[in-house]
Amino acid sequence: MRSGAAVLWQLLRLMRPFAGQALLALLLAFLTVMSSVGLLMSSAWLISTAGLRLGMETLSVAPTAVRFFGVSRAVLRYLERLVSHSVTFKLLVKLRVWFYERLEPLPTARLQAFRSGDLIARVVGDVDELQNIYLRVFAPPLVALLVTLATVGLFALIDTAAAVTLLAFMAAGATLLPLLTWWAGQTVGRDIVQTRSALSAHLVDSVQGLADSSAYGDTPRLLAGFDALQTRLMRRERQMVRLDSAQAGFSLWWVNMAAAVVLWVAIGRVDGVLLGTLALGTLAAFEAITPLALAAQHLGKELEAARHVLDVLASAPAAGETTTGTMELPGGALSVTFERVCFRYAPDDPPVLEDFSLHVPPGGLVVVTGESGAGKSSLVNLLARFWPPDAGRVLLGDVPLAALSAEQARACLGVMTQRTYLFNTTLRENIRIARKTANDAEVEEAARRAQLHDFALSLPQGYDTFVGENGAALSGGQRQRVALARILLKDAPVWVLDEVTANLDPITANEVMRAVLAQAEGRTVLLLTHRLSPVEREALARRGQLVRLQGLHVPAG
Amino acid sequence: MDKRLMAEARLVRGALLAMVALSVASALLIMGQASLLSQLIARAFLQNARHDALVSVFVALLGVITLRALAHAASQHSAGLLAVRVKHDLRARVLRHLLRLGAAFTAGERSGELVVSLTSGIETLDTFFRDYLPALFAAALVPLVMLAVVLPLDLLTFVVLLFTAPLIPIFMALIGMAAGALARSQYAQMGRMSAHFLDVMQGLLTLKLFNRSGAQRETIRAIADQFRHATMSVLRVAFLSALALELLATISVAVVAVEIGIRLMYGGIAFEQALFLLVIAPEFYMPLRQLGAKFHAARDSAAAADRLYSLLDAPLPTAQGTQLVPSTVNAIRFDRVSYAYADGQRAALNEVSLRIPRGAHVAIVGASGSGKSTLLLLFMGLLQPTSGSIVLETDAGDVPLASLDLEAWRACLGYVPQRGYLFNMSVADNVRLGDPHAAHEAIARACARASAAAFIARLPQGYDTVVGENATRLSGGQAQRIALARAFLRENALCYVLDEATASLDDENEAAVLASLAARPAWQTLVTVAHRLNVVRDADEVVVLDGGRVVERGTHADLLARGGAYYALLTAYGEVAYA
Repeated sequence: MRSGAAVLWQLLRLMRPFAGQALLALLLAFLTVMSSVGLLMSSAWLISTAGLRLGMETLSVAPTAVRFFGVSRAVLRYLERLVSHSVTFKLLVKLRVWFYERLEPLPTARLQAFRSGDLIARVVGDVDELQNIYLRVFAPPLVALLVTLATVGLFALIDTAAAVTLLAFMAAGATLLPLLTWWAGQTVGRDIVQTRSALSAHLVDSVQGLADSSAYGDTPRLLAGFDALQTRLMRRERQMVRLDSAQAGFSLWWVNMAAAVVLWVAIGRVDGVLLGTLALGTLAAFEAITPLALAAQHLGKELEAARHVLDVLASAPAAGETTTGTMELPGGALSVTFERVCFRYAPDDPPVLEDFSLHVPPGGLVVVTGESGAGKSSLVNLLARFWPPDAGRVLLGDVPLAALSAEQARACLGVMTQRTYLFNTTLRENIRIARKTANDAEVEEAARRAQLHDFALSLPQGYDTFVGENGAALSGGQRQRVALARILLKDAPVWVLDEVTANLDPITANEVMRAVLAQAEGRTVLLLTHRLSPVEREALARRGQLVRLQGLHVPAG
Repeated sequence: MDKRLMAEARLVRGALLAMVALSVASALLIMGQASLLSQLIARAFLQNARHDALVSVFVALLGVITLRALAHAASQHSAGLLAVRVKHDLRARVLRHLLRLGAAFTAGERSGELVVSLTSGIETLDTFFRDYLPALFAAALVPLVMLAVVLPLDLLTFVVLLFTAPLIPIFMALIGMAAGALARSQYAQMGRMSAHFLDVMQGLLTLKLFNRSGAQRETIRAIADQFRHATMSVLRVAFLSALALELLATISVAVVAVEIGIRLMYGGIAFEQALFLLVIAPEFYMPLRQLGAKFHAARDSAAAADRLYSLLDAPLPTAQGTQLVPSTVNAIRFDRVSYAYADGQRAALNEVSLRIPRGAHVAIVGASGSGKSTLLLLFMGLLQPTSGSIVLETDAGDVPLASLDLEAWRACLGYVPQRGYLFNMSVADNVRLGDPHAAHEAIARACARASAAAFIARLPQGYDTVVGENATRLSGGQAQRIALARAFLRENALCYVLDEATASLDDENEAAVLASLAARPAWQTLVTVAHRLNVVRDADEVVVLDGGRVVERGTHADLLARGGAYYALLTAYGEVAYA
């Protein structure tokens, strides 16, 4: 576990490029509160002096001061918000680029550990959460410190005892109150987070498994589990409400007590005209203190997010995957060879492949069948250099993968899987990711060969139609045709087809597979499937060879 | 927008009343505090009173401050408890409603979205009850109470307050409309840019396969920068409107201050009173300004609430019968059964008539969307026909399915969907869903029939292995065989209902499961939906559905020979060569 200070230090270093702006925002925040102090003090002085009824001229600069502070408070607050939010968003840009720069080179083996959408979404959420660290965590204590020093200094010019009283109240309000809030809410807060995530998991079960549970009369069990979790959550949330409201009440009490006590101390020691300024000035100064209790709560949240992000980046094994290649790949058709490969995903896991050998001749087709979980996808992971084998060799052409860079290896692979990821951009750009330099005609030609062209033209903006979040606008068959268009555009000599049609209904599956295999003529093809479809059987009979992969183990997930 | 949410609040008796009372009390206490403070200052200042003469005022001031803090805490407390209560109540209601709507409803929704609505969606209601509602009461009551107190005290200040107060909400509405239009025009684009980073991260493996991941760094920076500019331009307007409002409030306070100051100077008002009015003037405008700040957050709550209420408004299936399942069912008959989904009015099934005799194997085939799954849902009583009826033929005559206790009916069926869902508990408990009281031997037997016994034996804790969230510890085929074992555990089931239940298995395991099914007792009925020839081939009757209608029926051999819809379907599946 990293210490909180170390994590904060890391984050502070990220802010260095815009330290100037951050300081400006800090100064503006400080001046905003001081304007408030000035406004209340000068108006109290104005009224008190007027109360003496010694004539307009005795008011001196007070009316101007009141006007000045009234306007400056509003304007400064506006500027402060602009600058601090600008800092926040600049930090967001910086954080994202920083995170990506560190994550991208990590061995893909690490990245696959969070292939589930939830985990990625969580770490991305954490990165984005950190943008608030300036506004919510760094700035409030510094502003509080500056305001305390300035106001106490100002009061000291009037009366030392009043200044000391104010200092005591502000210091206690800035330290004890947040600490107490944080300490009291710690256990409850953690339990609420845990119970909420348990409840969420339970709801996923209840909703996704509804067909099964209603067919088996199992909904009472689900409801009982739900009610138990709800009751626990409700009890904890009520506790939190009690703590929150106690904290809110106490904060309010403290501010007003400070004003009353400062006034009481000053009575008899200070010129009567100034009594009001001290009382109202105290109230204004606490504008900088009351947000601290909230800052303490945010600190915990930000630290947790930061720890999670840094853990994801730090736990990488020492060896990166982008070693520079030492050999060149020959042009033309390539063979694919697995030579007595042993492989397991983690040292403690059972082996996935043991002494596995396979040869696909250049331009040949090998079909590997086996139940899902038998290790078919690990062949893709090894070939694409996402994972290294524990023993044995994988060769492309006659070149061992170890002698190639990951880029070199991937450049000659066209991989299709059962889940094709589509980016939230246009159809055209989704195909073009396969070859950045491809022009529109080339993209459309690839789409035509993937039998996607007619569909593309039927879309409202043709190829320039946005496909929606993860391609929500496309059906399963269309997604796979996009994947086909991609690898056609890439024009890779070796194709790896991993359960390409597993999520499609049989008619679409046959159409897609027929299109894929028609385009695969002349290429080296490794086809992985849990069961041969008729189309695959035909291709196998015509040009291929069948390998059956027996599952060795139960994957650990 | 929030009528129904307000109605929820009424469920907690006294909460709203308490919040109203506490708002009024807070307003009175704020003024009490201001009054005592002014008195303290006035007497110390103008009468040179010393501590001993002021003790009673000071003590009273401390008392009022304490009461004010207590009222504030109590108001927060009742709003908080109200929020907790409403959230939990609503969540329980929506979940129960969803469970009663059943799988036929939830299948049409995206399950992820449903869960989000039930979790973080409901959490946004916190803002409505804890922030917006108290602010609403404060804005409605505090200025009124203050006006009522000021009126007998000082008429001129009363008039100034009365006429400046409405300016704030009016101004706010004007600015809000302008800013809202601007924000909306940017919103869709901002959303897309904000999600771009997540999009890249989720597609990182794809990018790596195309050697494109390195180049994304600059894209990420560029898009994030665009997002920053777009957001800042919206915020600039929002902050500017806040600035305008603050200036408005400041000017209003200044008007009060000037009006008081001049009269004070010329003896038109007492110092203590003047100070009192000056202290409460900002407090008078504060609740109005705060309401504006909370208003936007409340809109998110309202959007989340709309979504929840739309779920609650989905009509429930009609009440079901109570009759138990007859002891001998000779056949199950569909009499001109139609079903139309509520949304599109499209008929999923159109006048389907069907007879499934006891012990028979009836296979339903058809292209996707032809109504196969709807037929199974109707069969299991998870949907009710829009017209026509489903009846059980018994020795004592026909019994309509609708008159049965459908829970009891489903307890007589062994159902397996295309992707059986495993709950995050042990393998044995997952199988035991079929029969909660089953002994271990029965579970092992069921697993053997489902071709699952061998791999379960190799699991780290065998039958006691917990399958993990989403059954991540098992492959798809393994999970499916456990779901099949669930059905096989119902050894006395009248009928097995299999919806493409073996599609995710490999040939060997599928063959083993089909053999188990073929070896069922002669009185056990089997209804299958399948694409695969080897599942359909041995059926006693094959029913071909197209567009919700039965277009052909007969044995596999008959239909193949006829060369009609069935033949066409098998051709499209590519299976005809193997027939």
